[in-house]
Amino acid sequence: MRLSRTEAGARELPPHHRGTELMLYLDTLPKGGHAVIEKVEQRAPLDPIATRLGELGFVPGEAVQVVATGPMGRDPIAVRLGSSRFALRRGEAARVGLRTAS
Amino acid sequence: MSVTASPQTPASPLHIALVGNPNCGKTSLFNQLTGSRQKVANYAGVTVERKEGFFTTPHGRTIRVLDLPGAYSLDSTSPDEDVTRDVCLGRHRTEPRPEMLVAVISATNLRLHLRFLLELKQLGLPVIVALNMMDEARRHGLQIDAAGLQADLDMPIVPVVSLNRAGVMPLLQALDLPLPPAPVPLPAGLDPHMEVRRLLATHVVDPAAGTDRLTDRLDRVFLHPVWGPVILLAVLFVMFQTVFAWAQPLMDGLDSGISTFGQIVLKPLPDGILHSLLADGVLAGAGTVIVFLPQILILFLWILALEESGYLPRAAFLLDRLMALAGLSGRSFIPLLSSFACAIPGIMAARTIQNPRDRLVTILIAPLMTCSARLPVYTLLIGAFVPHHTVLGIFGLQGLVLFGLYAVAIVSGVIAARVMTRGVKSEEHPLLLELPSYRRPNLRSLVLGLWQRAVMFLSRVGTIIVSLNVLLWALSSFPLPPAGAPGAAIDYSLAGRIGHLMQWVFAPIGFNWQICVSLIPGLAAREVAVSSLATVYAIGATDDGAADKLLPLLSTQWSMATAFSLLAWYVYAPQCISTLAVMRRETGSIKTVLWAAAYLFGLAYLAAFLTYHITRAITGVP
Repeated sequence: MRLSRTEAGARELPPHHRGTELMLYLDTLPKGGHAVIEKVEQRAPLDPIATRLGELGFVPGEAVQVVATGPMGRDPIAVRLGSSRFALRRGEAARVGLRTAS
Repeated sequence: MSVTASPQTPASPLHIALVGNPNCGKTSLFNQLTGSRQKVANYAGVTVERKEGFFTTPHGRTIRVLDLPGAYSLDSTSPDEDVTRDVCLGRHRTEPRPEMLVAVISATNLRLHLRFLLELKQLGLPVIVALNMMDEARRHGLQIDAAGLQADLDMPIVPVVSLNRAGVMPLLQALDLPLPPAPVPLPAGLDPHMEVRRLLATHVVDPAAGTDRLTDRLDRVFLHPVWGPVILLAVLFVMFQTVFAWAQPLMDGLDSGISTFGQIVLKPLPDGILHSLLADGVLAGAGTVIVFLPQILILFLWILALEESGYLPRAAFLLDRLMALAGLSGRSFIPLLSSFACAIPGIMAARTIQNPRDRLVTILIAPLMTCSARLPVYTLLIGAFVPHHTVLGIFGLQGLVLFGLYAVAIVSGVIAARVMTRGVKSEEHPLLLELPSYRRPNLRSLVLGLWQRAVMFLSRVGTIIVSLNVLLWALSSFPLPPAGAPGAAIDYSLAGRIGHLMQWVFAPIGFNWQICVSLIPGLAAREVAVSSLATVYAIGATDDGAADKLLPLLSTQWSMATAFSLLAWYVYAPQCISTLAVMRRETGSIKTVLWAAAYLFGLAYLAAFLTYHITRAITGVP
């Protein structure tokens, strides 16, 4: 598993490919599940959504928990991050890579 | 604190700005500081609300305070945040840079709010930090070493509870002191997240990790996949029951009150032009404005209470997927639902949508949600032309047609929204919605909010509506018919002539000149079309009797194709001047209004054209 060494993993620009690594993403974290953020991926150079996620506190090392999922499918999801809660659509949550809390 | 400060420059008030994250309690602090001494307007050229107020400190210093829009960062992603960034940096076109910032942070959400505070620290402006919601933090078991945090941050911190006057006293006292020096900026390259972590670790004792147990428990119910939507449905049901049912007697009361008032006041005046101008122009116009007020106030009481309690973002969460079908987000649901009562409060309710594109699209499709003013027209035409059959044993055909009109309007709205949002489909449309902690709505904030809506509606929208009403009155009254002329007076007026001319345009969709003429006064309010049709057909009945007498007349004089065409026209037509006026006010752009009118007119014409010709083909009437 690739561990991001840079302090802000969000600044990297990795090609978005899943499956080749055992990285879990926030959009697939089950309801009630806890995890720690590993990195926030940018989908494009200077991805404004990734930047905003960072400003809202989605940064490597923070603990997240999925507290609710939308009534239709799993979209959007409600996530608790410290003392704040955010509703995210799948596309947004899919940028947040996780390592499961031990 | 031993220095007794005196007002430094009594001539010009100190100019400060409140800055903070959304949900930090900034607005209730602003309300507490200024009370009713505030002005609400828009920033020039954008649909961002500008709130400014005045207050006086205990030592008599006058302070001018600007309540900047809530922002998560100076790295802006919306027009709201653009304003906050530009004012803070002193780059705003019309707004001078404030002399000092009051940064409002919530003690219950320090991780998020401290990060933004660190951005404000870099600006080189004096900053006082108002540490809000200390009472709530204490209830959650949070212990904050404010003195230590103040020394570490290099900015004075005052704890405030914005719910009462005593709670904001520390801030008022701090504002009597000389301005603090601007804080020393953080060294470049320091990761603000790391700095926030360090600050929290050093100065906050947080046994329960800041968990708000009550919010967690409520969310388990309100965001539950089954109970959540059930509760939402119940809330919406009660809400719209009150908007429709409670507002109706008030509206009727106001309506008859105004006409009684008119009769009493205008009695001494002889019948004539002046009487007609005052009664049918000015008073009728003022009446249409005031009659909307109960609906607007009841709807906004709900919206403000739901917003303040923290439930509105949850409703947006539950409805997001549904509204995504129309390319919008959950926030658009309540404005659109309100538009079924009337598009005017609906368009005003679109203020709760932060995303500017969503807000504009919601405003543009709001007139497609069938408002209650269309019902009298629908009832008249369906009663005259749709037979009283029963379909499948249980459904009345008339009811089915009415349902169909509503359904067509909703589907058209969804399609219109999809088309309007399509251009930006390639760009991802984020939700990223904060779900704040639940809290009890503050009565003072509710009352102030309602007061502001009422004033804004009456002064800004009301003046436009009344003047347009007078204009329509003049068009329908002049020139006067020659003495002893047969037929209706309106037929001789300018409106009558325009109506006859309009036939060139409307003949292809089956409208006769009587319909065309009645469309003009119908611009004032859709339901007026019924009474003006009565006038054109010289029935003379002005009130309730009109519809009953019109019904048999229309069913013999009009073809079914014409009637259905008029129904289709009414589903789309932008013929409500008040809606266009409120759209102008809320978007601040006459271009948007013209574009809205044009697209609705186009849809109306197309739908009526198709309906007319298809009905003619089916009924076999040439």
